Amino acid sequence: MSKIATRKSFGKALEELGDKYPEVVCLDADLSKSTQSQLFAKKYPDRFFEMGIQEANMIGCATGMAFAGKIPFICSFSAFLTGRYDQIRISVGYADANVKLIGTHSGVGIGEDGYSQMGLEDLALMRTLPNMVVLQPADDKETREMIEWAINHKGPVYFRLTRHGLKEMNMDKFEKPGIYPQLKEGEKIAFLASGGLLEYAFDAAKNLQNSGKINPAVYNANCANPLDNAFMSMLAENYQEFVVFEDHTVTGGIGSAISEWMSEFAVTPKRVRRYGVMNVYGESGTPEDLYKKHGFTTEAICEYAQKNLI
Amino acid sequence: MDKKIFERWAKETPKIRENIIKMIHQCQSGHPGGSLSAVEIIYSLFAKDGIMNHDPAKFDTIKERDRFILSKGHGIPALYATLHAVGYDISEKELMTLRHVDSRLQGHPDRVRLPFVEASTGSLGQGASIAQGLAMAYKLDKINNHIYCVIGDGEMQEGQIWEVALSAPHQKLNNLTVILDYNKGQIDGMTNDILKIDPPEEKWKAFGWHVQVVDGHIYEEIVNALKNTHPDKPSMIVAHTIKGKGISFMEEDTVKWHGVGPTDDELKIALDDIRNNNTIGL
Ligand SMILES: Cc1ncc(C[n+]2csc(CCOP(=O)(O)OP(=O)(O)O)c2C)c(N)n1
Ligand SMILES: [Mg+2]
Repeated sequence: MSKIATRKSFGKALEELGDKYPEVVCLDADLSKSTQSQLFAKKYPDRFFEMGIQEANMIGCATGMAFAGKIPFICSFSAFLTGRYDQIRISVGYADANVKLIGTHSGVGIGEDGYSQMGLEDLALMRTLPNMVVLQPADDKETREMIEWAINHKGPVYFRLTRHGLKEMNMDKFEKPGIYPQLKEGEKIAFLASGGLLEYAFDAAKNLQNSGKINPAVYNANCANPLDNAFMSMLAENYQEFVVFEDHTVTGGIGSAISEWMSEFAVTPKRVRRYGVMNVYGESGTPEDLYKKHGFTTEAICEYAQKNLI
Repeated sequence: MDKKIFERWAKETPKIRENIIKMIHQCQSGHPGGSLSAVEIIYSLFAKDGIMNHDPAKFDTIKERDRFILSKGHGIPALYATLHAVGYDISEKELMTLRHVDSRLQGHPDRVRLPFVEASTGSLGQGASIAQGLAMAYKLDKINNHIYCVIGDGEMQEGQIWEVALSAPHQKLNNLTVILDYNKGQIDGMTNDILKIDPPEEKWKAFGWHVQVVDGHIYEEIVNALKNTHPDKPSMIVAHTIKGKGISFMEEDTVKWHGVGPTDDELKIALDDIRNNNTIGL
């Protein structure tokens, strides 16, 4: 089955939902072909605003539009959006503005453009804002469901989307942030994986189960903020150990969020291992080469499990 | 300056264009349009007998060397090809590792991996401030060098550029020259349709810059403007350029050729165009 980039899924979803939600407007900063906001722009030219290369101004304008009753979606690479942290922190977050931030080109999976265009710390920045819902959908269907959820949610939402295609994972309908969909049952160990890594973590878990040594459960870690206390408690009760996989720096990402929760609130503190970009800057390369280099493959995950979990 | 020098440069530039296009072709990604528009600007600075005081062999031992900051970092193939052409330690073979895993030649400038690029840029707007900071420091130390910085016309929409526009004249940075690669295009369309910057020369003048307007593909005009600095103002050179300059099908469809690599067939046409035209620059 063909893979679909979640930026594309976003573009299609917003294009389809535009009629149903007339308050939705969309802003972009000279990247509409990349973020796929161009689809909305073509269908609703009056409700689309090409801001030019002005991310900070775009964030402020979206805030003003939200105060006037619109539901603005603002689009750029996640690196450039979250790079304007102060504007997001004060204008959007602190003021609880109903702005939806669409950060595409997240993770080393963007490939050749290299680090400067790569969102690698965006989760770390966004999840510090208490009211910011921070979502990372793992496939086309989930992205579309989350976009409609976000339109109906009052308050800021950050989306972490990919440039490269993601495999359809056949998950239940997205209901609310903080409850991770389960993809595979297992014992003792749970793999919590997000975005581009979910497919590989899932395949690796199946391979490991077949090898008969360990049988990890797999969940789609699709949200970095808020975490749901009841859901986290359930995880803590059912598993002894967790590995969190993400195409993001391990510092401050979903792995960090879960580590914090498990060390502080789990009745018996749990070990959480973080598997992601291990505190290095990103670089240029084909997406495939970079995924290999960072161990974002089924084989590398199996090897890691053999070494560390068995 | 002797016209013979410009004639020599015009003979040397096709090789730079050729390498740019081969580099982008081999990795099937990168930014041909904005690399090709900046070739003459960058070569005027780095070429033998050019404007900058620099030495490829003793590059980092000369504190007084002039500095070049490519604020529109995506135009980096033009700088890599130029550095190679003037003798920096980058072989033709290494040029063709552009954007490969572990290469020093990143898709956007990385000064940690490749020290010959003076700043890590790629997030538009930032290089201009770094150039201003270099100018501030060398002025403080009374070092008699000059800082050159190339920005894009789309990049001029970034707020940070306007902070530099306001700040550098206030500090009387006569050792700073910013060159606007005014190629009229950005990603989503033509710059003046996306967010009008016209007329740039009047805007910079109003902010207190010493402004000159040149054809960015004529060496003599570029060089004269670069030499003609002001005793107590920073300089802005508005260089009118053509995105994709030198390659017919790119000049005809500048928006398309902002950031894609040519196919094998397109590469052949591009190389023919380049070889058949060695008067660009004159
Ligand atoms: C802060 C930031 N926002 C967006 C981008 C993505 N981007 C790369 S090139 C470009 C267009 C630049 O246009 P211009 O400055 O005119 O460059 P040129 O035409 O010379 O290629 C954009 C929007 C970026 N690199 N940095
Ligand atoms: Mg331009």
